[in-house]
Amino acid sequence: MGSLLSILIEPFAFGFMQRGLAAGILIGISCAVLGAYVVLRGMAFIGDAMAHTILPGIVVAFLNGVSLFWGALIAAIVTALGIGWFSKEGEVREDTAVGVMFSGLFALGILLLSKLRSYRDLSHILFGNILGVSDADLLVIAGVCLIVLIAVIVGYKELLVTSFDPGHAISIGLSPSLVRYALLMLLALTIVTAIQAVGVVMVVALLVTPAATANLLTKQLPNMMILGALFAAAASLIGLYASYYADVASGASIVLALTAMFVLAYLFAPGRGWVWRALKR
Amino acid sequence: MDLNYGKTCDIPAIAGEPAVAIDHLNFTYPDAANPALHDISLTVEKGEKVALVGPNGAGKSTLIKLIAGLEPAPPGKIRVYGNPVGDCHHKVAYVPQRGDVDWRFPVSVRQVVMMGRYVHIGWFNRAGLEDRAAVQRALDMMELTDLADRQIGELSGGQQQRVMLARSLAHEADLLLMDEPLNNLDVRTQESIFDVMDHLADAGRTLIVSTHDLGVLPMHFTRAIFLDKEIVADGPPKEVLTARTLLRAYGVHIHDHEGIWDNGIAAQHPH
Repeated sequence: MGSLLSILIEPFAFGFMQRGLAAGILIGISCAVLGAYVVLRGMAFIGDAMAHTILPGIVVAFLNGVSLFWGALIAAIVTALGIGWFSKEGEVREDTAVGVMFSGLFALGILLLSKLRSYRDLSHILFGNILGVSDADLLVIAGVCLIVLIAVIVGYKELLVTSFDPGHAISIGLSPSLVRYALLMLLALTIVTAIQAVGVVMVVALLVTPAATANLLTKQLPNMMILGALFAAAASLIGLYASYYADVASGASIVLALTAMFVLAYLFAPGRGWVWRALKR
Repeated sequence: MDLNYGKTCDIPAIAGEPAVAIDHLNFTYPDAANPALHDISLTVEKGEKVALVGPNGAGKSTLIKLIAGLEPAPPGKIRVYGNPVGDCHHKVAYVPQRGDVDWRFPVSVRQVVMMGRYVHIGWFNRAGLEDRAAVQRALDMMELTDLADRQIGELSGGQQQRVMLARSLAHEADLLLMDEPLNNLDVRTQESIFDVMDHLADAGRTLIVSTHDLGVLPMHFTRAIFLDKEIVADGPPKEVLTARTLLRAYGVHIHDHEGIWDNGIAAQHPH
């Protein structure tokens, strides 16, 4: 047992592993909490799109030597507003607007990236590098997590009613699109930090999979958020071990761990998993 | 600190104004070729129990949504208690069709009923004692107290409809707009919903209810409005439901209009 414990503890003697773990937990919390709304409101596609459209913002910031965070955030905000603007008049369906913005801006990001010399930078942005989190990054990640938690607690009523019954929200004078923009802003902040862990391409996994897994296991929204955060944090831990011992990509390991959890929950969720339903038949 | 979601209409309703007044309203959905509603004019006085009837696609839901402010009405065409739509959120409750609600959503019965209080609570505030008491009264009245902590998807159809009604009770609105609240319900549940509607009307509330169950009209409504994109007939239910309107609505020929209640016409129309 002593050796197992040392296997588990040993990696965290290193500062980069400690920071990676802290980042994984904090990112997991913000992603799972917002992810609950992403799943319940059917916003998975828009979340994925925002992650991709952030790319040109990051590259422009990198080329100009300013903080990647601000570059990403500005790109995310432009995306959120752009999607709203394109689809507002009903001329273009929202998912179409998202698809157009998403691929166009992602292509712009790739084009800009191809002017960069180092491929290493590209792969970190695309696939994440949770072991490369600096103290300054960690501070930003913690700040975003705090903002998300405060917003979700303070605006709980408003998020709940606009997600569950937008018609009722309108009839009491609460604008669902206002709440939606606020949610998109929070998503932008969260995605920017989550890119550190799993990269642009896989961010949607952190937003959707923990919340979707939790949704299979509980019928209460707060529990869905707490369970989702636990799953995401656990997956980060698994990803860290995998990359430490097996020398595999941490971001991909995190996403695969989350996917495995989802499949397990889908099969074995008490009362409504696939196995359960098959036995009832 | 009070931060209301929208206008509250705390100014007393303009004296002598009806609950709802609609003046030559036309409405076409964006991108639709034909108008959904054509030249609608009507007045609903306080305390009336009005049934909106008509065939599928007649614009019943659209009219209710326009009065509730869910669809943008042309300015000045609809007045609620003498004010423009959207100025009276505290006084107007909208009860959606059961099919329009996501019943898998992870909320409990009590949480949904509490949403009826949000209009009184406002931005970011928490529910107070008064709100909790109002929710409990609504739950008791709809006989949902034992189910209050269940997730809404675990309820039967009739219980779910009672949840939406309980939410509008908690709202304590003066005008209730209900979209097909009687749809696919067993007779017993329908009766309990009629009891609540009667109780609300006795308390001076105004009800506008869309339904395609014609058999219930004469007993439970003071007035029926037959809608088929325009107002075909408007008056006491027995006068509205003539052979002519029924033919128009459902394409069935009724020669003996006295006999329609016995023949169970409500069961014959296609749905």
